[in-house]
Amino acid sequence: MKPEYSPTELLIVLAARLFEDNTSAFIGTGIPMLAASLARKLYTPNLVPIFEFGGVGSQLRHLPRAVGEARTFDRAVWAAGICDIMETAQRGLVEYGFLGAAQIDPYGNLNTTVIGSYDRPKVRLPGSGGGNDVGSLCWRTVILMKHEVKRFVERVDFLTTVGYYRGGDTRYTEAGLPRGSGPFRVVTNLAVLGFDDETKRMKLLALNPGVTVDEVVKNTGFELLIPDEVGENPPPTEEELRVLREEIDPEGFYLTTTEGRILDIVTCTATDSQPLTVAVHRNRRGEIVAVLACDRADTPAACQALCPNL
Amino acid sequence: MQHELFGSPDVEAFRQWLRENKSFELKEKLMSEQEAISRFVHDGDYIGFELYATVRCPMSLVRELVRQGKRNLGVLGQGLQEVDFLLAAGLVNRMDLTYVGYEVYGLSPILRRVVEQGRVKTAEWSNGAIAWRLKAAAMGVPFIPVRSMLGSDMLKTNGAHVMKDPYTGTQVVLLPAIVLDVGFIHVHRADPYGNAQIDGISGFAVELARASKRLIISAEEIVDPEEIRRYPERTVIPYFLVDAVVHAPFGSHPGEMAYLYDRDEPHLRMYMEMIRTEEGTQQYLEEYVYGPKTHEEYIEKVGGWGRMKVLSKLGVKR
Repeated sequence: MKPEYSPTELLIVLAARLFEDNTSAFIGTGIPMLAASLARKLYTPNLVPIFEFGGVGSQLRHLPRAVGEARTFDRAVWAAGICDIMETAQRGLVEYGFLGAAQIDPYGNLNTTVIGSYDRPKVRLPGSGGGNDVGSLCWRTVILMKHEVKRFVERVDFLTTVGYYRGGDTRYTEAGLPRGSGPFRVVTNLAVLGFDDETKRMKLLALNPGVTVDEVVKNTGFELLIPDEVGENPPPTEEELRVLREEIDPEGFYLTTTEGRILDIVTCTATDSQPLTVAVHRNRRGEIVAVLACDRADTPAACQALCPNL
Repeated sequence: MQHELFGSPDVEAFRQWLRENKSFELKEKLMSEQEAISRFVHDGDYIGFELYATVRCPMSLVRELVRQGKRNLGVLGQGLQEVDFLLAAGLVNRMDLTYVGYEVYGLSPILRRVVEQGRVKTAEWSNGAIAWRLKAAAMGVPFIPVRSMLGSDMLKTNGAHVMKDPYTGTQVVLLPAIVLDVGFIHVHRADPYGNAQIDGISGFAVELARASKRLIISAEEIVDPEEIRRYPERTVIPYFLVDAVVHAPFGSHPGEMAYLYDRDEPHLRMYMEMIRTEEGTQQYLEEYVYGPKTHEEYIEKVGGWGRMKVLSKLGVKR
């Protein structure tokens, strides 16, 4: 029986398969964190994740929820600062960068700033963050997108991060960005796409399981290059899904396919009649599935003993 | 779209100001949040925080700033709650913005409301650009050439110039230095003079400290100056940059502090739920920002020292 998986899980798995061992990758918040964690566990154990606020070489024992948190430099080789990291990328030492966006155009230009006009936006998005630096300075950027007509557009409403600019060599000759750098792959819930060597227009490379060329075309708001030979991406394996669900995001920060281990902090009246503050994990149904720590005892078992009816 | 610079790149004036206002005298600068904010922050100031709200952020100072209602502030806006509290309280009129959002929890409804209703002027930058602008001021030069942001529409909003480098012909963005009227940084430990140490990543603390006319430090722990002198290589911010030192244990709550305590996930979930509406946002501010008059009262309000002790048992340890 084929394993079932969500569109998010498919994106993560496809992205994880793109890393190369013994290279560096700039990891932004969200799906790239899961992809890098999965890649390190299954395919590229020596992948060096780089986080913009300073973490280099985290062992990624726990999935980061924020690009500056301690999990991004957990057992790392370097806890630096943002200038150190951006300058390392500017010198050409960071190979891969992973980005998401609200809109993408045929040349891989990205918008993460506003939908509508800048002065009167319909939707104010978070802004560049480190995205522009990653897209400008890394050698190869991988863009993770939901594949929809409103996101794959002829012209982005706001050009936050330059891809191949107006096509051809214009990323270098007109925008002035580093020669030889630029978008490498676009990974979506429907397909993996690349860019034509000459024109730098987006082209279809491989379809996701069960997806047709027609479906990709229908969900793309501009003319897509379709080569004669289109590949097919193997679906997520049972092993990939198991590692993802059980080892990488058991807490369910990003995945909704697991039971979830959601942190809660509760108080109870302990056996000594004094209040006890306890950290617990709940599943999605709200049931307590584990006691983690409390304020007046050193081990989870001792906490549990103080409040046996938790 | 606008082109004026919100913050000053005038390094000549900055030099003069530093000479007249900073002192190498070793004097104690310990004070409360209330005193630090009322003495060193003024209406109309251009301010910046480090790192950001779920990570090593001077949240007790942010809450006091909102309570004192300093108005017409300009903000170097990379952040989460620290920026959103000020926006929601209507204290900001201009903002150099790189990212305001909640990462795993998505877009900021507060930023959306404030910007979509045209209540604040904005200019766009990348994270690297913001840090490098502070670095230029830290270097004492009026601009710094970089290769981020080239070709992007952000340049139409922020007033930065692009030129060809006269040596190699490479295009560069000339990022204007930015001098902050007041900078706020939360650290692991500091002595009463302001010598400060940070564990883990340093974010942009070094640059922000050096780019600030006034600098307010909050610290998890106040240590003996002898501790600083024993490990001088650990000092990331030397005392002569610092104007105020505030003792704020769990000062980054609901964010984390590397190796000391994890972020308060249940509180963050509740916060995200409340800020979905304007009413909920104001209710959050009432309960958790305006309500508690001191950091201690805030800690009581969010669950007390017992909860802080539990948070200190969670998170990454060395």
